[in-house]
Amino acid sequence: MTVTQFTPLASTVGGVLIGAAAVMLMLFNGRVAGISGILGRLFPPYAGADPGGAAVFVLGLIAAPLLYAVVTGTPFAQTVSGSASLMAVAGLLVGFGAAYGGGCTSGHGACGMARLSLRSLIATAIFMGTAFATVFMMRHVVAG
Amino acid sequence: MRAAINGLAGLIFGLGLLISGMANPAKVQNFLDLAGTFDPSLIFVMLGAIVVTFLGYRLASTRPRPVLVDRFSLPAAKNVDTKVVLGSALFGIGWGLSGFCPGPAITSLPLLAKGTLIFVPAMLIGIGLARLLVQARPSGEAVSAGASEA
Repeated sequence: MTVTQFTPLASTVGGVLIGAAAVMLMLFNGRVAGISGILGRLFPPYAGADPGGAAVFVLGLIAAPLLYAVVTGTPFAQTVSGSASLMAVAGLLVGFGAAYGGGCTSGHGACGMARLSLRSLIATAIFMGTAFATVFMMRHVVAG
Repeated sequence: MRAAINGLAGLIFGLGLLISGMANPAKVQNFLDLAGTFDPSLIFVMLGAIVVTFLGYRLASTRPRPVLVDRFSLPAAKNVDTKVVLGSALFGIGWGLSGFCPGPAITSLPLLAKGTLIFVPAMLIGIGLARLLVQARPSGEAVSAGASEA
């Protein structure tokens, strides 16, 4: 596993940007910035879902690493597992779980918590709990 | 104008995911690894995002309606049902396994890591399956498209 640097300043700045984007979306378009919800709006039925708006938001997300690379002069460095089976299973769980549970880290974790929603607080506690447990199992039990 | 706001919000959100470290699965998994290579950075991401969103939403709620549309489309569902509990539990397992949640996975697409290119289509299939299931078996509350999503 890769050791990563503790980056309180950059992480706070990034969090503030995430919050600023969420506020923009609410103030101008009246919508929460839940990414699984926004991705869900790309699927039918489209009644009242503004799929075009969702698609443009997604394009903005995809453009971010390109702007990052232009401004900093280096591509964003990340470490992603190359295990096809693990990533396929994880992708299915993340997509199904977030859509079935009505939100993910952004919708429940950031926007829902900011709205003081009890439902989102419970959702966040549950997914943080299973995520901590999963990493513990994966790194300290299964991997020995 | 609405499209411009959507695009700009997506771009700023994505930059936030990159700068904060949320878009690096190794960093996310280290945050989740209390017993190992723990990296507490993501607490700062959550705090920054929640404080700004909380204050900004308070400001937005003083307006009768959003700037560009007729009404606020807030998540309707308030009850804690089986779907929230089961869905969130499964989501957390997938998040732990991969270090990816939906936003960072989408933002990572142009970086073309093999794992991302497998994860994202699988995630979209998962979202589609959940929507089919919810539409086929709506629970007591009214399930209107998009309205129940946080």
